[in-house]
Amino acid sequence: MKLKELEALLQDVSPFERPKVELEQYPTRAHIAARMLYTVGNTYGELEGMVVDLGCGTGMLAIGAAALGCPHVLGIDVDADALAAAGANLAAIGDDLPVDLLRCDVAALGAQARLRADTVVMNPPFGTRQRGADLEFLRAAFRVSAGAVYSLHKSSTRAHVARVAAGELHAASAEVLAQLRFDLPASYAFHRHKTKDIEVDLWRFEVSSSA
Amino acid sequence: MKLLTHNMLACHIKSVKNGFPFKIEAVRVEEIEADFDPDFLRHIFPRIEYHALREAAETLGAGGLPEQADEASLEDEDFLRAFHHALLEVVLEEGALICPETGRRFPVAKGIPNLLLHEDEC
Repeated sequence: MKLKELEALLQDVSPFERPKVELEQYPTRAHIAARMLYTVGNTYGELEGMVVDLGCGTGMLAIGAAALGCPHVLGIDVDADALAAAGANLAAIGDDLPVDLLRCDVAALGAQARLRADTVVMNPPFGTRQRGADLEFLRAAFRVSAGAVYSLHKSSTRAHVARVAAGELHAASAEVLAQLRFDLPASYAFHRHKTKDIEVDLWRFEVSSSA
Repeated sequence: MKLLTHNMLACHIKSVKNGFPFKIEAVRVEEIEADFDPDFLRHIFPRIEYHALREAAETLGAGGLPEQADEASLEDEDFLRAFHHALLEVVLEEGALICPETGRRFPVAKGIPNLLLHEDEC
């Protein structure tokens, strides 16, 4: 599938109807999701095994990974409304994409010792509403992935993310692949401006095999 | 929920020691077609608890898996086909996952298992 086709497919993935502030539910834009997944699949060849999407929301990354040929994707989210929307998005595409959905708290994934994916792709909360939420997702991703973790984090947190990856998580490597401009739509009532641009890093981490 | 996903989940209630595998209460099961990908099947096999998969498949009405299987079985096309079918093509749409130790029931609705715990279970 070409990048343009993927982006067109992902344009049809509906965003949250009523985003929840406490979960920082903002959609991953189709063009960002498409480029991110294209990098994972084409540059690194890391969509060939099992993929987990942590905090999958309405399923943008999970659906995109499956559309690019990943044989089994598991999308995990704590929110029933998000998962219902993801299920509806999958049904609307109607191609029997190999995506399973699971309702579980990301904090509880440490207890799922058998859950092991080859690659984790995620667009976690930025941790602006609930401090540390971004790193809680990163910790969970390192537990679940046997290979690589792709994640989006605010550029302003770059030094901190690098420290946590190297120090606490013993990442074999941690690299910012690209800096993206995220136009956060005015999803919430307290957003006064129509959109707000923020700088976001696309990270690729390699999980240490001994961890 | 496919049985590949089932095979990787356990009951994570704090006091539970052996929360794997979930027993399955099947109300509605569907079969879908998935791409046959021998490389992926061979790759994922070591991560699968085979007996749990076989039992789950039988619960969902998908027989055909031999009693035992090991790495050598992966050279056998018939086995690969049966393994592929059980792992990726049988889907629990409605029902529940039951903790083997406590009997705690986790509902599965529209194919999505809900593993959220109550506060006193964490």
